[in-house]
Amino acid sequence: MTYLDHAATTPMSPAAIAAMTDAMSTVGNASSLHSSGRRARRVVEEAREAVAEALDARPSEVIFTGGGTESDNLAVKGIYWARRDADARRRRILVSAVEHHAVLDTVTWLADHEGAELTWLEVDAAGRVHPETVRAALAEEPGDVALATVMWANNEVGTVNPVADIAAVCAEYDVPLHTDAVQAVGGVDVGFAASGAQALTVTGHKIGGPYGVGALLLDRSASCLPLLHGGGQEREVRSGTLDVPGIHAFATAVSAAVEHRRDSADHVTKLRDDLIAAVRAEVPDAVLNGLPAESPDRLPGIAHFTFPGCAGDSLLMLLDAKGIECSTGSACTAGVAEPSHVLTAMGADATAARGSLRFSLGHTSTRDDVDALARELRGVVDRARQAGLSGMRKQKQEA
Amino acid sequence: MRVLAAMSGGVDSAVAAARAVEAGHDVTGVHLALSAKPGTLRTGARGCCTIEDSRDARRAADILGIPFYVWDFAERFTEEVVETFVGEYAAGRTPNPCVTCNEKIKFEALLEKAIALGFDAVCTGHYARLSVVDGVPELRRSADESKDQSYVLASLTPEQLRHAMFPLGGSRKPDVRAEAAERGLAVAEKPDSHDICFIPDGDTKKFLESRLGERPGDLVDAETGAVLGKHTGVHGFTVGQRKGLGIDAPAPDGRPRYVLSLEPVSGTVKVGSSDELAVSRIDADRAIWPSQRPLDGPTECVVQVRAHGGMAPAVAEADGDEVRMSLREPLTGVAPGQVAVLYRPDADEGDVVLGSAKIAATA
Repeated sequence: MTYLDHAATTPMSPAAIAAMTDAMSTVGNASSLHSSGRRARRVVEEAREAVAEALDARPSEVIFTGGGTESDNLAVKGIYWARRDADARRRRILVSAVEHHAVLDTVTWLADHEGAELTWLEVDAAGRVHPETVRAALAEEPGDVALATVMWANNEVGTVNPVADIAAVCAEYDVPLHTDAVQAVGGVDVGFAASGAQALTVTGHKIGGPYGVGALLLDRSASCLPLLHGGGQEREVRSGTLDVPGIHAFATAVSAAVEHRRDSADHVTKLRDDLIAAVRAEVPDAVLNGLPAESPDRLPGIAHFTFPGCAGDSLLMLLDAKGIECSTGSACTAGVAEPSHVLTAMGADATAARGSLRFSLGHTSTRDDVDALARELRGVVDRARQAGLSGMRKQKQEA
Repeated sequence: MRVLAAMSGGVDSAVAAARAVEAGHDVTGVHLALSAKPGTLRTGARGCCTIEDSRDARRAADILGIPFYVWDFAERFTEEVVETFVGEYAAGRTPNPCVTCNEKIKFEALLEKAIALGFDAVCTGHYARLSVVDGVPELRRSADESKDQSYVLASLTPEQLRHAMFPLGGSRKPDVRAEAAERGLAVAEKPDSHDICFIPDGDTKKFLESRLGERPGDLVDAETGAVLGKHTGVHGFTVGQRKGLGIDAPAPDGRPRYVLSLEPVSGTVKVGSSDELAVSRIDADRAIWPSQRPLDGPTECVVQVRAHGGMAPAVAEADGDEVRMSLREPLTGVAPGQVAVLYRPDADEGDVVLGSAKIAATA
């Protein structure tokens, strides 16, 4: 099997599996006061310190959550509510048009139910948010902005945003910035303090850690109301018995991802460039989306292409039948491949957006994976082209 | 063969796919997302468009161990089925959207895509018997007469039928349910879908009103020409309809009145007694001969004008694309726009579909 969907999830590292199974075999609620509790607490706090160290944050800024979606929800809703409650005028959220659904659907919900007003930050043809765009949106009416949210790196096309520059603009206007760095950690250097963001989302399963555990890095000065009420375990911002094994394994994965980032990025970048070259050799009219291959502002592991005249779902099925697994980008709950909002925001028309595939590499990828794709791709694209875009709209009949 | 199984999430298509797998075919399951705004779990599962149905189909595919995908045919479905449905009603005709869906979506859009992607056939859970001998298809009624769906498949061309597979044609519904349970398919007890899948509340009149608005017109006595009342649009009526005419005064003879005809341009709905409703001649066009054999001279057959019921012995004669039918027993509620299907009776093996055509006029 050729797994080219590491951006969806990547295999857990042996170290993270060992850490998790180790912690699973010991009892202890990290909030209990006896020895077992203290032992569990120690594991959690060491994990907190490890995550903080790896991501240039203070331990007190690390709030463990149930993963990226929860962290995004907590940051966006929590900061919105806190800022609005402090000043009722602050209802505007600046949000990039290419965010993950965990942010997109959250801001849309706030607009529908909590009186938020949304200012969509446009992106350029490569999917990048420019600091000037943020400045223009802030300058409109700085006093009514609750927060800005701009992802560190895009999960579909792999474009990296100038987060520090954007945060600097936000800071001028005293507006907190949240950044979803789920896809960035392990791929590029991610430093919370240096970025200037007030909140940063990270999750385990994209970096060799377990599912269902992640963190929100939250600046001590940022006020944020909780989503989950209860024991107040995490700084009163997040309640719920701490998932000691998950947190332990998550921290192990974060540390390893950051420690080995440079080597891993070199390895993955090389494979990605080989993959891009192979795709271009087999299908000369394939269009690489996002920044040019050689740009430094590109995640190492992602290569996203539009294949003119093909439907993404046909390509995916045909490659799947050949044992090659990749993604059409975004999927809705029914499993229907919808035109990607990311590509649409980058200016692609709906047909091109539907004819796209994301190949993503990771720590277990090898040259064999690229070769397997190169072997099958041309035949698959030819077939998919015959099937065309049928089903999506009526084709010209009897032409 | 490489077979694409269309899986709605219901029991029939799940068992059909299972039988295709068992027959040794290389089967891939596909659920067609047809609704632009799929219903959620909360809005319940009726028809074949909800997210729950998609999950049911996926679980069935899991049990069968076959690959499964969801394909989005919503645009095409809206264009070909929903818009046609609305347009036909606006024109005073009574369309059957399931016929259109089979003809244009399952065995055109889906089949074309399947063939292009390297599949040999599309498999569905329809109840009809299909055999292909020397490349000539023969479509017959299902062994379960109460479930027979040959009517809604009779508009398929020979070419479409050559690439179709209906593994349930020889079975009875209760046996299919029992088989689903034996195979561990969770959909074994799932209720049958009814009505029109894109009108989840079943209120066709309300749906048409929301699409077409009010188009007021007169309700007229067919015999005297007297205006009996007003209505809000011909799309609210079907030929043969008795209830909901909105006429206050009873007929002079005290007999119930029925819709006899719809005139979309003037907006006139003509009503009269059931005698006048009886039809003994049907002219139809757009004939399709599933077995590639147009009628050869006047042919004794049975004509069916609705998906369920509406059958009469007849003599039919074809002239190119057109078919004229003289019924030996009159039928009521014969609506232009519906499909007339011609069968050659065969009590043992199932009636054979000779052809089908779209009803243009009645007398």
